Amino acid sequence: MTPAGGAYDAVIIGGGHNGLVCAAMLGRSGKRVVIVEAASKLGGAATSGEFAPGFTVSSCAHILNQLHPKVSRALDLSRHGLKLSTARMGTIALAPGGRHLTFEGALMVNEAVNGAGEVLSQRDLSSLSRLRRRLLRFAGLLHDFQATVPPRLDATSWRDGLGLARLGWAVRRLGRDDMRELLRIAGSNIADVLNDELDSDLLKGAIGLDAVLGTGLGPRSPNSVFTLLYRLSGRVGGVPGALALPEGGMGAVTDAMAAAAKANRVDIRTACPVKSIVVEEDRAVGVELESGEVIRAHAVVSNADAKTTCLDLLGARHLDTGFVRRVKGIRARGTAAKLHLALDGLPRFSGLEARDLGRRLLIAPSLDYVELAFNPCKYGEYSPAPAMEITIPSIHDTSLAPPGKHVLSAVVQYAPYDLKGGWQAAKDGFMDRIMDILSAYAPDLADRVVARELLTPEDLEQRHRLPGGHWHHGELALDQLYMMRPVAGAAQYAAPVPGLYLCGAGSHPGGGVMGAAGMNAAAQVIKGGKQS
Amino acid sequence: MIQPQPYEVQVLETPFHSRTAELCKTNEWSTWSGYTTPDVYTNMELEYFAARNTATLFDISPMTKYAITGPDAGRYLDRLLTRDMAKVNPGRVAYGLWCNDAGMVIDDGTVFCLGENDYRLCSQERHLPWLLDSAIGYEVAIEDITAGIAAVSLQGPTSCAVLKAMGFVGIEELKPYAHAEFQLGGHPLMISRTGFTGDLGYELWIEPAGAGELWDRLMEGGRLHGIRPLGSKALDMTRIEAGFIQAGVEFFPGDLSTRPDRLRSPFEIGMGWLVDFEKGHFIGRRALLREKQTGSRHALVGLDIAGNKPAHHSFIFQGRNKEVGIVTSALWSPTCKRNIALASLRTPYDKAHGLWADVYVHREQKWERIKAPCRVVDKQFFNPPRRWATPAGDR
Repeated sequence: MTPAGGAYDAVIIGGGHNGLVCAAMLGRSGKRVVIVEAASKLGGAATSGEFAPGFTVSSCAHILNQLHPKVSRALDLSRHGLKLSTARMGTIALAPGGRHLTFEGALMVNEAVNGAGEVLSQRDLSSLSRLRRRLLRFAGLLHDFQATVPPRLDATSWRDGLGLARLGWAVRRLGRDDMRELLRIAGSNIADVLNDELDSDLLKGAIGLDAVLGTGLGPRSPNSVFTLLYRLSGRVGGVPGALALPEGGMGAVTDAMAAAAKANRVDIRTACPVKSIVVEEDRAVGVELESGEVIRAHAVVSNADAKTTCLDLLGARHLDTGFVRRVKGIRARGTAAKLHLALDGLPRFSGLEARDLGRRLLIAPSLDYVELAFNPCKYGEYSPAPAMEITIPSIHDTSLAPPGKHVLSAVVQYAPYDLKGGWQAAKDGFMDRIMDILSAYAPDLADRVVARELLTPEDLEQRHRLPGGHWHHGELALDQLYMMRPVAGAAQYAAPVPGLYLCGAGSHPGGGVMGAAGMNAAAQVIKGGKQS
Repeated sequence: MIQPQPYEVQVLETPFHSRTAELCKTNEWSTWSGYTTPDVYTNMELEYFAARNTATLFDISPMTKYAITGPDAGRYLDRLLTRDMAKVNPGRVAYGLWCNDAGMVIDDGTVFCLGENDYRLCSQERHLPWLLDSAIGYEVAIEDITAGIAAVSLQGPTSCAVLKAMGFVGIEELKPYAHAEFQLGGHPLMISRTGFTGDLGYELWIEPAGAGELWDRLMEGGRLHGIRPLGSKALDMTRIEAGFIQAGVEFFPGDLSTRPDRLRSPFEIGMGWLVDFEKGHFIGRRALLREKQTGSRHALVGLDIAGNKPAHHSFIFQGRNKEVGIVTSALWSPTCKRNIALASLRTPYDKAHGLWADVYVHREQKWERIKAPCRVVDKQFFNPPRRWATPAGDR
């Protein structure tokens, strides 16, 4: 299938949120674009799914905190149907004894609400305020660079040099003290930073969990400060670090993106798995579908991860060995499982009122708790006492469950992708452990469960085509960032084969439902792969 | 007998060691890929003149050898090497080189096509990690078979006569860069018309158990043809005369070097003729195409230098004092009667005039500096017709 008048300008492999953003942006600039999605519906890891009759939940990503404002503005996502059921989700750090710590708004962003729960000392309150200001300032710097194309590592052109200078200047402009602090902690671990500043174990545990959600890190792993900054770099309605829930679940975000794409004349084809990227005379000229159909286009843009794109769809034979080595070396080992519970009514959490349950609930009572949960993961075992990020989105959005009933969606860590002995045999045991932990906080929860679904990284890989079940198509580590994301030689969204581009979470700036990778890639496709 | 622990082994011995050790009267040895090999057996000049006038035996067993087999072996080599391997048929040997992503040379070597989907790659350095990683996506097996094959190089104008004296009927019909199968003492023996002296010569390949007998039969067959073992120092003289490049001298292996700006592309070491852009993708192709368009940084040239003092590692200057490059290999060539050198010059340089080599000679407690004028010449200083003649001559 080709549009009237010849080949497409671009064919996008994969209709995840970045593929949709890229397609819509290209369409907006007048390009004729087609998306080919392997699954029967669009959205990738940003989808909603009915996991039990009448119960709908965000299938993978469940909190919207990083959607890039430039993306939502450019595509006018609200006009295309994106509504938030809450834009100021609070956070409660659950304490085993019931003396929970409640935050209005996002953790670390709004002042803690003390009341009946944990009382932060004056010292902690002032330290937290100082730490928050600093981290948000650093996160703001990240935010600014998320919508830019990284320079080349072997900066040979003046543009690359300028890109590097811009980064250096941005860091320098923080001023002497903050710059030193950024350089001191950027590669460091969050546990050290928090132990330096704060006393409350509950507070440190909660921030520590936020730092390591969706990563292969524990709070004592180097790089875990960066991952916290990454998380804080998002903005909702201009508020840094805020958390939101989309109405209808995460699928509503990609639905709006798809609507924006369609409005820009993008053709969308689902249930069309791509078999290979067609290369002629050292140029990507289209894709061949599993069905044998060939779709020709001037540019091939892949929303799939770099390993799948380069080694499976393109083939190493079109690439050089050094590049193949780097692609093979991309670390993407998922450690987060996703839990979905259908509930016949709102559970009771000890020490919390029903109205508190609309907030995000964290089970991470201390840094040690999270680190101890992480330890077995290093050796291919799941956490016997996992840490969790829990939401009950149906409180904000009644469309997700039948009247009076609710859905619970939780990220559960740690569940290593490469579990010793395989997930088949271990899944029930892990589920039992999770229910034990949850029941300790919400004794009647187990009785309210009418259906449940546990997605291991293996399941996430299969369902959402996430390599290794990793949210970000590759660990957000300092050696896999910016001009080295996904690898040096492809960090400007153009693969070494002319005409082939990468627009997925594996590229700068990374995953989370952000869309910046898709947006930046679109800009590069329009420029024809030349450096900005 | 108590076997030494691997860490106790200082050097490995080649399958010819019992013979070479007996013949090496100077006791001058060097390590080559972990094996100990003679620099000089008796006298470097005598060995050199034997290579040019009669015949020599040089133990090439330490050369790294890889067996490359499988349904994709040919396609794999086409991806690895810059030259077109489709034209290399069974019975043929191809000289080639391979590059990294940046189009910089990793190593050069010879590829023997032993049969369909069956190749042997020989090189100076070891490259297994690179070769294996280059095989991702190919159905091909790569195995280091260095220790499993004994090899000796028989070079010189009487080399064909030696083989004939040994009873290898029809050996004179073997063309340059061809190989053929024979038998020796119950061992299969492969003879290829290849070598590193730039003269008529052969390389003989046999399983290690047959090595001793092969050596003895060669020495016996060559008794009336002036045969002599050749040390690596005399070999180096011959390869410079032939204008052959050497890893670690004319270029540094791309996967073993630490400074990316010191590497050389095929064009920069005079090997542009080995790059085939038409055959499809090969490693480094895109970078080499860019270089082809924008120009190379260096050129490897032959120099004819005034005087008779070898310009070892000399700076090359243009005009008064503009440094334009460096000598990589230098020699007073006894056969050409010229003071020759291979030099790496930065481009563009003025070929026509004004080049001089800054030669330092240490004479009895005193450095003497010679500003020796030099000319850029063909770097195949020595290239006799007998090297290429088929049938091969006897002297």
